[in-house]
Amino acid sequence: MKPKHRRLTFVVIGLGLLGIAAALILSAFQESIVFFHSPSELAKHANLAERRLRIGGLVEEGSVNRSGATVTFRVTDLANAVTVAYTGILPDLFREGQGVVAEGRMKDGVFVADQVLAKHDENYMPPEVADSLKKSGQWQHMRQSMEQAGQIPQGAAR
Amino acid sequence: MIVELGHYALILALAVALIQGVVPMLGAQRRDAAFMEVARTGALAQFVLIALSFGSLMYAHATSDFSVANVVANSHSSKPMLYKLAGTWGNHEGSMLLWVLILAIFGAAVAAFGVNLPQALRARVLAVQSWIAIAFYLFIIFTSDPFTRMIPAPLDGAGLNPLLQDPGLAFHPPFLYLGYVGFSMAFSFAIAALIEGRVDAAWARWVRPWTLAAWMFLTVGITLGSWWAYYELGWGGWWFWDPVENASLMPWLAGTALLHSASVVEKRDALKGWTIFLAIVTFGLSLLGTFLVRSGVLTSVHAFAVDPARGIFILGLLVVIIGGSLALFAWRGPALQGGGLFQPISREGALLLNNLLLATAAASVLLGTLYPLMLEAVGGDKVSVGPPFFNAVFIPLMAPLVAAMAVGPLLAWKRADLAAALSRLWLAALATLAAILTVWLVHGLRDLVGIVGMAMAAWLFVGALSELAVRIKLFAVPLSESARRLANLPRAAWGMSLAHAGLAVAIAGMTGAGVWKQESVQLMTPGQTLSFAGYDITLDAVQPVAGPNYEATRGSFTLERDGRKRATMTPEKRFYPVEGRQTTEAAIRTTVSGDIYLVIGDRQGDGGYVTRFYFNPLVVWIWAGAAFMVAGGLLSLSDRRHRIGAPSRKAARAPGVTPIGTAGART
Repeated sequence: MKPKHRRLTFVVIGLGLLGIAAALILSAFQESIVFFHSPSELAKHANLAERRLRIGGLVEEGSVNRSGATVTFRVTDLANAVTVAYTGILPDLFREGQGVVAEGRMKDGVFVADQVLAKHDENYMPPEVADSLKKSGQWQHMRQSMEQAGQIPQGAAR
Repeated sequence: MIVELGHYALILALAVALIQGVVPMLGAQRRDAAFMEVARTGALAQFVLIALSFGSLMYAHATSDFSVANVVANSHSSKPMLYKLAGTWGNHEGSMLLWVLILAIFGAAVAAFGVNLPQALRARVLAVQSWIAIAFYLFIIFTSDPFTRMIPAPLDGAGLNPLLQDPGLAFHPPFLYLGYVGFSMAFSFAIAALIEGRVDAAWARWVRPWTLAAWMFLTVGITLGSWWAYYELGWGGWWFWDPVENASLMPWLAGTALLHSASVVEKRDALKGWTIFLAIVTFGLSLLGTFLVRSGVLTSVHAFAVDPARGIFILGLLVVIIGGSLALFAWRGPALQGGGLFQPISREGALLLNNLLLATAAASVLLGTLYPLMLEAVGGDKVSVGPPFFNAVFIPLMAPLVAAMAVGPLLAWKRADLAAALSRLWLAALATLAAILTVWLVHGLRDLVGIVGMAMAAWLFVGALSELAVRIKLFAVPLSESARRLANLPRAAWGMSLAHAGLAVAIAGMTGAGVWKQESVQLMTPGQTLSFAGYDITLDAVQPVAGPNYEATRGSFTLERDGRKRATMTPEKRFYPVEGRQTTEAAIRTTVSGDIYLVIGDRQGDGGYVTRFYFNPLVVWIWAGAAFMVAGGLLSLSDRRHRIGAPSRKAARAPGVTPIGTAGART
């Protein structure tokens, strides 16, 4: 084989690998991308029900209800709220009135979560949650109360 | 006063770096020995200054000097001393200072131990190192100053995140940074070679030990991080495909590829352009890793809004360093003529395949990590890319890599006989078949990933040993002769076999813990017994205990098997009053076959507690495998040819290349 052909062989193998990788990525993306929705969006679009998704907002005050190993609570963007059921130990920073992100599926009007995330920093508002609040028009109100409570620095974040 | 001294030393280091970035480069161009010597003096001076600077910040943390804003935000007088010290680098500003300290250590190491380097190459390498340092000094001084005073000083600090108050995590960032910054050496060598217009075997031999060292540190860093996440977070998992984890995995993948391609340059004088490119990409990914973790870019684009100056500076830095070096590569790279030709079926071909697969894997991790960010930046949907994506892409890419890994070392350089190499792997094939059958019989066909994983592990493990056996001609010559050959094997050969076998062990562990994990969540009242994964687990009691700076609820569990008591396990839920946070302390009982992992949760209204049990099979094999890999790297690094120093460059120069001084070069 001439050097030119040899190089061509490697280029073809390399391109083939990239092609396979791209195909794998694309097929994986179709199934494994999880979209994020706010409780308001969830209330509006009933057809979101089949997909696996993430929701985010604040844990509604007084809504946490434990029965056995299952916890139910309501996640709100201060305009709409959705009931979430979760079986397991909640993250250390899970608290009423704090931001939370849950991943799972809608089932009979209840969001059954298999993962609940509260960031490992109590001053931190998950960006998705901040966005939900902005969309529902409650962000200004929320930010002011958070600043007063010292949860976020004055003037930080948009 | 000491804090101001540290700040002053940092600014002085910037001044030194500016000189060191320019003068030696000019000197190398003009072949002026005095100008080139500035590089060594400068590197040592930078090291002293940054050590002083870092030391003064550490002093402030150790003495809890609450007039320093950084200490106030990240420390508390009640913290144990270890975590006061670790708190120095447990925050953004301090960790950036640690980054430049390590950079200065590596620079000083080249200055002090690189006596056998050609003077011009050394001058250029140190000048490029200095450019990186300049960028970081500016970043620290203008956007992340750790020495800001807080007046009036508060009485006490805000404390360090209790999750970070852990020995595993105290040492995780320094190792990770040693890895990231270590790759800056390969990068500087690559840029210097591009400027010089020459890459040869001697160059590769100088680059390899640095790359190997960086790779080992990064392996240790990633393993410590994974181990920490496993026992501290209480989620029962060891890898979550979290953006922060991916940030450290990408340079590891690229660095592993670099390690292998550099050996082709060293042995066969081929793949030069590719190796240079990999060196640039590896360091680029290291930079990206540092910033993704430290700037919070990845949580969301919104993180930029928190401190716009910092985000824009970071973005600018990445563009200049990566863009600039790639532009230099595009300009000078084509001039690098490869010498050694080779057939596709050869050692070089196998190493190239390894490189292609590793690079593709790194690229797909990069895509999955940055995709949500890109989509959000262009105003698209908010998405997250989770483990299903990475598993679906990563495992199919790793399977052929591992399959080729056992074969590659058995192939000859230049042109090889694939059939002959495969025939030497009959034992590995047998072991693979045995692994497949065992998994099939025990678990059935539904766990396809489990079958593939265990088959890969068996193939690679026995394959790595077979390669050693072939090298010492086991059973082909008398045993005494084999033993003699074994004793005379270069340490690099041992290192490779050990590292490959280590990966096999780690793959077995990852497969076991990933596929056959058992998990159960339930409500338990004291006195209750449950059976789980072949054990009977009893919750004996739950009582409050007090720690040095926390209060905890501790559950006592008895672990029994076949009526015999095996262990008492005490998971805790801790509350740190200073920080106002809770942490979960899992109780873990490790055995070779798997870990029993218990977590206790909140008390429920009726006096019960939520408990979570995990059985993670073979998880300890992951850490053991990583330890083997690091040991293999260490062994290879201690190889004779690195210890006695690299060879000087041949007197005969390639046409068109100006000869350079080889003063200081030793044979």
